[in-house]
Amino acid sequence: MVTRILPEIVATALVIFSRFITAARAIWLGAAPEARQRVYFANHTSNGDFVLVWAVLPHRLRQVTRPVAASDYWLKSPLRAFIGQQVFRAVLINRIPEERTEDPVTQMAQALDGGDSLILFPEGKRNTGEDLLLPFKSGLYHLARMRPEVDLVPVWIENLNRVMPKGEVIPIPLICTVTFGAALHLADEESKEVFLGRASAALRALAATTDRPRT
Amino acid sequence: MSAGTPTADLALLLGGLLAFMLAATGIGLMLQARYSRDRSNAVVENLNDRIRSWWIMIVLMGIALIGGHAGATLLFAFCSFAALREVITLQDIRRSDHWAILAVFFVALPAQYWLIYTEWYGMYSILIPVYAFLLIPIIAVLRGDTEGFLMRIAGVQWALMICVYCISHVPALLSLDIPGYEGRNVMLIAFLILVVQASDVAQFVWGKLLGRTRIAPNVSPSKTVEGLIGGALSGILIGAGLSWITPFTPWQAGMLSFVIVMLGFLGGLVMSAIKRDRGVKDWGHLIDGHGGVTDRLDSVIFAAPVFFHLVRYGWSLT
Repeated sequence: MVTRILPEIVATALVIFSRFITAARAIWLGAAPEARQRVYFANHTSNGDFVLVWAVLPHRLRQVTRPVAASDYWLKSPLRAFIGQQVFRAVLINRIPEERTEDPVTQMAQALDGGDSLILFPEGKRNTGEDLLLPFKSGLYHLARMRPEVDLVPVWIENLNRVMPKGEVIPIPLICTVTFGAALHLADEESKEVFLGRASAALRALAATTDRPRT
Repeated sequence: MSAGTPTADLALLLGGLLAFMLAATGIGLMLQARYSRDRSNAVVENLNDRIRSWWIMIVLMGIALIGGHAGATLLFAFCSFAALREVITLQDIRRSDHWAILAVFFVALPAQYWLIYTEWYGMYSILIPVYAFLLIPIIAVLRGDTEGFLMRIAGVQWALMICVYCISHVPALLSLDIPGYEGRNVMLIAFLILVVQASDVAQFVWGKLLGRTRIAPNVSPSKTVEGLIGGALSGILIGAGLSWITPFTPWQAGMLSFVIVMLGFLGGLVMSAIKRDRGVKDWGHLIDGHGGVTDRLDSVIFAAPVFFHLVRYGWSLT
């Protein structure tokens, strides 16, 4: 019992805390909050990105949505391992090719086959620079080829980079929004470069819809 | 001045509000049945959104008033927090402002409300305009980032004054010591909020009905001279009619309402100018139909400190 209830309590606490700090709000622009199997792919600027996407999803969707995260980060300490594996049920992938025992894309496909949706950060690491997005890694493309029927939903997370800039420990309260765009699918014969360019453009288009003028 | 016990007066006031809200809800539903069957009439739907949000706000305020000193202080502390979150979000802050903003949210805000709760007038009057004012730039300068320094610091100081200092003067009304008015101070909060909000609603309605002459077309195109005059007169009448819950005569209550209404109007104008400059329509989205907490409180913000001082110098022993 405890092993199932404790993660649920921690998850609820994290969602409440992230709402308290960010008053997070979902904006559904091209996709509706419905129970379809999806890969949400989002921009990545902060360690809290996943929690924020999770927090704005309706509870029933949250329960079947798992983040794809780096095992080198989430297995570092027992606490992180508990949160990563028990609370978030993360699909933990190894970012270092030489150390891999499993193929990350196969791991993601297996999670989809289990009926869950995924949250993926195709930039592969946190973007701390001035550019809106880093170049996408190829994982999203390979996953789209392996499971072409799954909806790929672009998700733009706005403002969280200002809530907790890299190197800071305590977040400052600022309003964040999470915008969900129209789903993408891999087209016939579409090349990796063209598809990733299209996915990246979809995220940039969502970024352009947010309230705040970007300087 | 009223003859009933404080509890009976509060019950009467809350009962009156309840009746008013029931009537408003009924009218909203009738309008919907008549003009917006398929939920397509934007004006009617917005009205109903606002009425629904008013229910939540009035229930919260009722709980705070019944909860007395601690309840009211806590409610407005949370209002301050939410408003500050909205105002800081729209500013051009940089990484190097992180500590200063942390201090504003997690030190200055709780400290101010703690001082309000403990009724330390001498300290809550200067904590933010003096000590926070000096400390914010000191904390920021330690991070060594000079770009846009004055603008950044001024923005944070301004947000703190508006969202925390000014709003905290609403629960500060509870610390006043007015002879013959013991145990009734929560009614001063009810008076201030009701006059401001009723005048806001009346300005909106009069403006829609008669509004022709724009008063500040560059700042807030929806505000008209006709709306202002109608709204101000309505606010003054409502304020005078509410004198039974206050230590004021109807005449005094009307004069104080005039001050409250004018400051509320001008405050709304100031906040509109900032929104316009930042390119947004609302401060936030927390309240359906109203925008953010700051949108709902902008007129209260400017009226509260002045109303507090007028009552303190005119009626209070402290």
